[in-house]
Amino acid sequence: MSDQAKAEQPIIICRDVHKWYGHYHALRGISMEVKRGEVVVIFGPSGSGKSTFIRTINRLEEHQRGEIIVDGIRLSHDVRDIERVRMETGMVFQQFNLFPHLTVLENITLAPIWVRGWPRAQAEEVAMQLLRRVGIPEQARKYPGQLSGGQQQRVAIARALAMQPKIMLFDEPTSALDPEMIKEVLDVMIELAESGMTMMVVTHEMGFARAVADTMYFFDQGRIVESGTPEQIFGDPKEARTRLFLSQILSH
Amino acid sequence: MSTSSLPAPAEVLPPPFERYTLLGWLRRNLFSTWYNALLTAICAALIFLAGRSALEWALGQARWEVITANLRLFLVGQYPASATWRVWACVGLLAALIGLSYGVWGRGRRANALGVVGLPVVLALVFEGETRIALLAAGAAGALGLGLGRWRRARLARWAVFGWVIYFPLVIVLVSGFGGEGSVLPLVPTNLWGGLLLTLLLSVVGIVFSFPLGVLLALGRQSGLPAVRALSVTYIEVLRGVPLVTVLFMAQLMLPLFLPGVTIDRVVRAMAGIVLFSAAYLAENVRGGLQAIPRGQYEAARALGLNTWKMMLLIILPQALKIVIPVLVGQFIALFKDTSLVVIVGLLELMGIAKAVLAQPDFLGLQAEVYLFVALVYAVFCYLMSDLSQRLERRLNTER
Repeated sequence: MSDQAKAEQPIIICRDVHKWYGHYHALRGISMEVKRGEVVVIFGPSGSGKSTFIRTINRLEEHQRGEIIVDGIRLSHDVRDIERVRMETGMVFQQFNLFPHLTVLENITLAPIWVRGWPRAQAEEVAMQLLRRVGIPEQARKYPGQLSGGQQQRVAIARALAMQPKIMLFDEPTSALDPEMIKEVLDVMIELAESGMTMMVVTHEMGFARAVADTMYFFDQGRIVESGTPEQIFGDPKEARTRLFLSQILSH
Repeated sequence: MSTSSLPAPAEVLPPPFERYTLLGWLRRNLFSTWYNALLTAICAALIFLAGRSALEWALGQARWEVITANLRLFLVGQYPASATWRVWACVGLLAALIGLSYGVWGRGRRANALGVVGLPVVLALVFEGETRIALLAAGAAGALGLGLGRWRRARLARWAVFGWVIYFPLVIVLVSGFGGEGSVLPLVPTNLWGGLLLTLLLSVVGIVFSFPLGVLLALGRQSGLPAVRALSVTYIEVLRGVPLVTVLFMAQLMLPLFLPGVTIDRVVRAMAGIVLFSAAYLAENVRGGLQAIPRGQYEAARALGLNTWKMMLLIILPQALKIVIPVLVGQFIALFKDTSLVVIVGLLELMGIAKAVLAQPDFLGLQAEVYLFVALVYAVFCYLMSDLSQRLERRLNTER
């Protein structure tokens, strides 16, 4: 396959993905394709399977039927394939999940040094560049416990970016933040989207979706109810369920 | 951010501060009401009565010569006098290493620094003869290490780490020696090891070897591989279900049966028993720490592409072990005291020596003096361990 053809291939392909927790059917046949550089926003009520789905992309959750292909690698039980996919996908969590026993700088350089095998000096240089990009280079020597929530989440974004991933996954990145800190994290994410990063974002921040999303997916009860551009979803939602949900989260 | 648009900050008040005089403190804490005053008086009377008779006994009636006359026995047992310098060399090296570590990593509190040098010197005042000279030398070694550490902080950090790593094997080589009569360090058979020396060696070997074994067992118990998990659970539950005394007897009697044709030293057998026993408890303590780590830490590590071993070594274990430091040190203290049980398999560590001393015709009936002394030695070492753990906890606290 030529580079051109490869670039036009979707970077994430999901076909009929199913997932059960015991008898509970959490994902009921999700199919989705994400192009390189595309920004995808997934939203929906709690329990709709959106977090479960985004976590199947880097196999923090295992899907039980259907197939997921990330950057040409088909996810299976093969541990090496899983680790390759994880190297190419960065993930940002709702609860930040920074490593509390390491400084900010050590948090960011850990994976480049231990997974990519970079020399420490190079890893630290890249880490400092990323910290400048997310606006907190002066916090490099502090521990996560000494930072505010917004700063911690920006460190988490820098940590994921340090592996130079092709895809960034965001699992409700602003849901655990105080209102005045949400903007500083969203600003970083908007800048990232504008730089051409492929992003999959689970969020309720509709302002963010309107600003940068290429495609939006509305999830309910483990299915994709509706998808479309922000203009379609906000301007003319086809499904009654979508309209109801949007009216609920946009009204307050 | 510009401050001009913000309202003027509220006046910053200092926290309330009260200055106590001695009398003020007494009135506030001991004589605040009539019944508190009464309680204070009664307690003071009791303390006076008990304290006076205890002091009278300790300073007048007690025959402390049982300790001074047998000091050598208490410290090293039957260890030959011609080789005692080797034990003292270990002590001196230890003092130098501790001093060096303080110098390199210490936060520069003068009191701590004095402790390193001061403790041996104070002890030297208590003892006499050869012991006094050796203790003074240890104090000097400590001071030397401290000075070196202060002088070349950055450059000597590596050497301090290296020193601690080789210290333990070095001690074993120094104490046991090798070769025959003519060699530099003639062999001292383990049946001559005894007293505090043996107690410390059993404890240190117990701690140094049971720690990695316990961590491995804890990880094994959490493993996804059924065989590994079953093996770990069986080991832990069996060893925890058996008294240490039994394990020690088993180690003495069974190990030679399992390994026919190989003669294993009696002390080594006791050490093996202690290590195997302690590892089972340690595994359960470490498991407690592992379970306290939130799932998000595992997920974040995995999402970055770390494999299981790197995730455990770099992310999970450092946090889990930090959480269980107090429990682990508690267990090490228990292990230290449990070494006294090796008496029953015929080894003369500190407690064994105490019994042997009490059997001497000259010192019959001096249980109080001997056991008080032994208790004091145990208490000092346990206090040091517990103090070290608190320092470590403060040092590793990243929540400030």
